Amino acid sequence: MVSPKQEIRIGFYVCHCGHNIAGLVDCPEVARYAGLLPGVVLSRDYKYMCSDPGQELVRQDIREFDLNRVVVASCSPLLHEHTFRQAVAAGGLNPFHFQMVNIREHASWVHTDRAEATAKAKALARAALRRVAHHRPLEVKRVPIHPEVLIVGGGIAGIHAALTLANAGKKVTLVEREPTIGGHMAKFDKTFPTLDCAACILTPKMSEVGAHENITLWTCSEVVKTEGYVGNYTVTVKRRPRFINEELCTGCQECIAHCVYKEPKFPDGFNERLGKRKPIYIPFPQSTPQVVLIDPEVCLNFKRGTLTDRCKKTCVEACGDRQAIDFRQTEESREFKVGTIIVATGFQTFDVRRVPQYGYGTFPNVYTALEAERLVNASGPTGGEVVLRDGTRPQAIGLIHCVGSRDKKTNRWCSRVCCMYSMKLAHLLKEHSGAEVYNFYIDIRAPGKSYEEFYDLLNEEGVHFIRGRVGEVTDWALAPGEEGKLVIRVEDTLAGFVRRIPVDMVVLASGLEPQADAQQVRRLFNMSCGTEGFFLERHPKLAPVNTFTDGIFIAGCCQGPRDIPDTVAQAGAAAAEAMVLIDRGYVEQEPNTAYILPDCSGCKSCLPLCPYTAIAFDAATQQAVINEALCKGCGTCVGSCPSGSIGQHLFEDEEVFSEIEGVLAE
Amino acid sequence: MSDSASPPASAAPPAPPPWSPRIVAFFCNWCTYTAADLAGVSRLKYAANVRVIRLMCSGRVDPQFVVEALARGADGVLIGGCHPGDCHYVEGNTKMLRRFQLLRRLLQDLGLAPERVRLEWISAAEGEKVKTVINEMTAQLRALGPLGLPEKFASWDQEVIALARQMHAAEAAEPAAPPSAATPAHPEILHV
Repeated sequence: MVSPKQEIRIGFYVCHCGHNIAGLVDCPEVARYAGLLPGVVLSRDYKYMCSDPGQELVRQDIREFDLNRVVVASCSPLLHEHTFRQAVAAGGLNPFHFQMVNIREHASWVHTDRAEATAKAKALARAALRRVAHHRPLEVKRVPIHPEVLIVGGGIAGIHAALTLANAGKKVTLVEREPTIGGHMAKFDKTFPTLDCAACILTPKMSEVGAHENITLWTCSEVVKTEGYVGNYTVTVKRRPRFINEELCTGCQECIAHCVYKEPKFPDGFNERLGKRKPIYIPFPQSTPQVVLIDPEVCLNFKRGTLTDRCKKTCVEACGDRQAIDFRQTEESREFKVGTIIVATGFQTFDVRRVPQYGYGTFPNVYTALEAERLVNASGPTGGEVVLRDGTRPQAIGLIHCVGSRDKKTNRWCSRVCCMYSMKLAHLLKEHSGAEVYNFYIDIRAPGKSYEEFYDLLNEEGVHFIRGRVGEVTDWALAPGEEGKLVIRVEDTLAGFVRRIPVDMVVLASGLEPQADAQQVRRLFNMSCGTEGFFLERHPKLAPVNTFTDGIFIAGCCQGPRDIPDTVAQAGAAAAEAMVLIDRGYVEQEPNTAYILPDCSGCKSCLPLCPYTAIAFDAATQQAVINEALCKGCGTCVGSCPSGSIGQHLFEDEEVFSEIEGVLAE
Repeated sequence: MSDSASPPASAAPPAPPPWSPRIVAFFCNWCTYTAADLAGVSRLKYAANVRVIRLMCSGRVDPQFVVEALARGADGVLIGGCHPGDCHYVEGNTKMLRRFQLLRRLLQDLGLAPERVRLEWISAAEGEKVKTVINEMTAQLRALGPLGLPEKFASWDQEVIALARQMHAAEAAEPAAPPSAATPAHPEILHV
């Protein structure tokens, strides 16, 4: 379009961004200064460059003043580079004849001295003005999008995203680590604030996933490898053996009844180890898929090694002609292609043992909230009866909020759901047991539709609320009324004195944390984590389900603590983002690939540096060649070529050198 | 070009504004540049001495960029990349680390204080670390004083020119010397 020999005519624009930039940077002064620099034909400052009139200004000026380069000094290029490139293209230039200067995030917002910030803005502008002269016209590369989607995690987020996509006709593979989908929500009894039965609203969706023709469901499975890029990912999924052939099992559960263990004997993970199960079991009645599994850790057939005849294998007899039980099943691995990935790996609850003063593990009648959830659940270990481990019924129950939340010693963040679920549990525990229920809270956080009203309802129901962080839970009785009880010591900050409340049962509202393996998962999908360890979204407000890797989206509590409605909304958003890519059919890639210059001496030192094996050696020319389709544009080979014989579009040596020169010129 | 030994250039320019260190930073697009944006969004305040140049990956940082920045008058160079294992391009940051070790040794052999060139792993979430590192580096450079390579180059050029003139004058004074033996003074030097 513009040959390098043509006269460089730059248009320079400084954005005030309201007061965001103009508050600390003297924008008219930066514009005046830039106007004096070589090549600058036009220099303006404007209130909002990203606004329609701002962009129109660029378009008009290009035509009117015959500009062939444009520099805009405003916010981060990660935010608006695309906007201005489009404006430049609309003005008739190649969109890459543009350079952006970040004087908001990197100047006005982080400094305090007006003169210093203005000087910095000038230096950065000078660098960009020098750089842009070297810019060459480039073309955007289009990459096709594979239409299938991988969803990692089968909690409510994964389920909702899978169904949304599948109902739109997209093929989805849903991978879940546990033997059933449903996630944490499947363990809940009711949901706040409407007190909907969690199973009643979740299990129909679970069965729909199991039956949907567009969804391939892999349980007991984990993604172990991801390669490729947006539109074209190759993932490897490993499936642990469940020792049952999923196709042949009908879910009749006769094998469970006929197991050589007549009584359930082993702690049941789904019931938070409050109940028991057999070595062959189904996690809960509505498990999806409706397929049993065998726990090789406790199944006699596995425990006794080669002496398999020592177990009578009554389960196999019971299964009969269906022949679904397969003790020889091994780990299975599958590799397949997808275009986009939604990560919905959820959270783990805070390990309340980390707050030893609350006595979990020491006093049997201290429970976690999830355990209490199972106790009030009709399909739980007690059939919904609130009975303690010793079989008695509690007369008084204390719920301690913020265990592992809002605490500098453990986790600093608010887990968002604990206030509401504690109030829900307070309601349910009172309803099921008739006990006096006390809530110990720091602040009640009820920001949601009908949430505050739920709090009012509980107050009307006579649930007690005591404001103060609990000091300790002790069995040291100081008064006759405290004998045989757990005493909650707390400073009641509304009454202004320390109280001792004797109760029979303590429930700890454990906070939400990133999964223990969040760091591995993050690396697997090339994502980032925030300081707390939750996956990092591309923009906290405007791209909450996108990550920094194109084609990889996040939904639900893996991004941060949230309740079910927010999770479902986010899952829908992630599904929509995936659909945008699939339905458009292609994605445009930044043309920042590397290329070999004619003076390559063929030393081959770049070959092993490329992690994408994009560089090959051409024996005929005795030079390296770069496969543009494989190159991701990191520039590592460029930076290390001993003879400077590799170039990188958008980050050419002369462009970077002119930037260095520019920032240091005065 | 020793940091401690070399006195400030004798032909000092007319009193400029009080000296303040200048840092050129090369930040990778995915982690450290984003972290610097985060520092901005979080309105953290740090020293205005740094000028950030964005690259896609710290692996793109050519040692020549660092040397060029110092030669052009930077008092320090900061390179920011993703934490090991977190590189958006798998391992560009470790390639940089390898190169950095060699470069830093070279610069130290040339007499530069090690604080002048710094490599930091700063993830996209570590806006706070951007602030800490820049403030710390600014303070260290302030304590070290200016590197002033451009001024030093100018003064060394003057020395060479003076030397060449001396040699030239000496040759002019001895016209009897056999023309074959005398190597003429280097034309390029005379030309300066």
